[in-house]
Amino acid sequence: MGILSSTVSVTRYRVNEKFEKSIIDTVAQGLKKNKIIEIDDVPQEMSVGWTTFENPFIPDFENRSFIYGNYIIFSLRIDKKSIPSKLIKKRVIIESSKKLSESGRDYISRNEKKQIKENVIHQLTLKIPSTPNIYDVLWNYEESTVWFLSTQKSANEEFETLFSKSFHMTLIRLFPYTLADFSDYLSDSHKDNLSKLLPTKFTE
Amino acid sequence: MLDIAVSYNKFKFIGNEFLTWIWYIIENDRSKLIDHQKQPISLEIGNHIVLENRINEDSTEIISIKGDDADLKEGILALKKGAVVIELHLFFKENEHVWKFNIKGESFHITGLKPPETGKVEEKEDIDGAILEKYYLYSKIFGIMDDLFKQFITLRVTPEWEKKEVPKIKSWIL
Repeated sequence: MGILSSTVSVTRYRVNEKFEKSIIDTVAQGLKKNKIIEIDDVPQEMSVGWTTFENPFIPDFENRSFIYGNYIIFSLRIDKKSIPSKLIKKRVIIESSKKLSESGRDYISRNEKKQIKENVIHQLTLKIPSTPNIYDVLWNYEESTVWFLSTQKSANEEFETLFSKSFHMTLIRLFPYTLADFSDYLSDSHKDNLSKLLPTKFTE
Repeated sequence: MLDIAVSYNKFKFIGNEFLTWIWYIIENDRSKLIDHQKQPISLEIGNHIVLENRINEDSTEIISIKGDDADLKEGILALKKGAVVIELHLFFKENEHVWKFNIKGESFHITGLKPPETGKVEEKEDIDGAILEKYYLYSKIFGIMDDLFKQFITLRVTPEWEKKEVPKIKSWIL
């Protein structure tokens, strides 16, 4: 789901640090350094990186802007190869039979089996194309807030990790407790009360 | 400031109580449905409510009420048994425009947010304008929910919550 979709799901974050150098340079550097790497024809199962909002399949940050008005917009791309377990099982059985007939033995060791399985997975990851998933990121640098357009746990975790690695800034998820604790409308004594809250019993 | 993961788990109940309160004020106390400029917010329960009743430390009961004309009495019955709202589907109206969305109590995740329809992006030059329009429309929902949460939490951290608000919610439930 992207920003321009008819329906979106959003996780909100607060950025804890301020930009020390130029916003454009800092973001451009982080995006370029950590852009998505294609893994088709490479024995790698997953790739996580940044891509451009307007053309997510050509992650070219040199020729495309990521500044839209007061917002920084780009996308997280997670490419994953899913190898069906039944396909792995079938290829392991075929390769094991081949090995048995070539060696003339009637058994193969646990280590040999492990090696065969690893080879099979290696061969299949070379052949199977990856499936891309794209999640838009909208960074309002004036308000130090970030919207990540997904509420999937794994996508959010990949996003938080890559964001911190790319821009050396920490993201804090905004959920009820953090919203209240970072607010400017609760006094210190109210924040103290907040940290001691217990669930309300509505029926007793 | 507590560790984020610790505070998330320890204070999950705050968001669930907030959604329960939202349902209560929609049904009983619409004077509290106001934004930071004291303007009324037109908010209605949509077609989905999920409640959770913690039976004991290890088990919970989930009650899900779905449908355009769903009878919310079952939800009230669940509240009577000690459940709290964990997810709400809401409609927000402004003039003739309608926003529909789900909000989850513990995470404040907004899912299935459908703002009023906007024009299609046909030219590359339209993208900037379309983004600004979408941002404005999505912000509306975060804005009203933040305004309502501010009202709720300001009340929740004071003795007024237990003294005044909880008795009113109890009399609605029971």
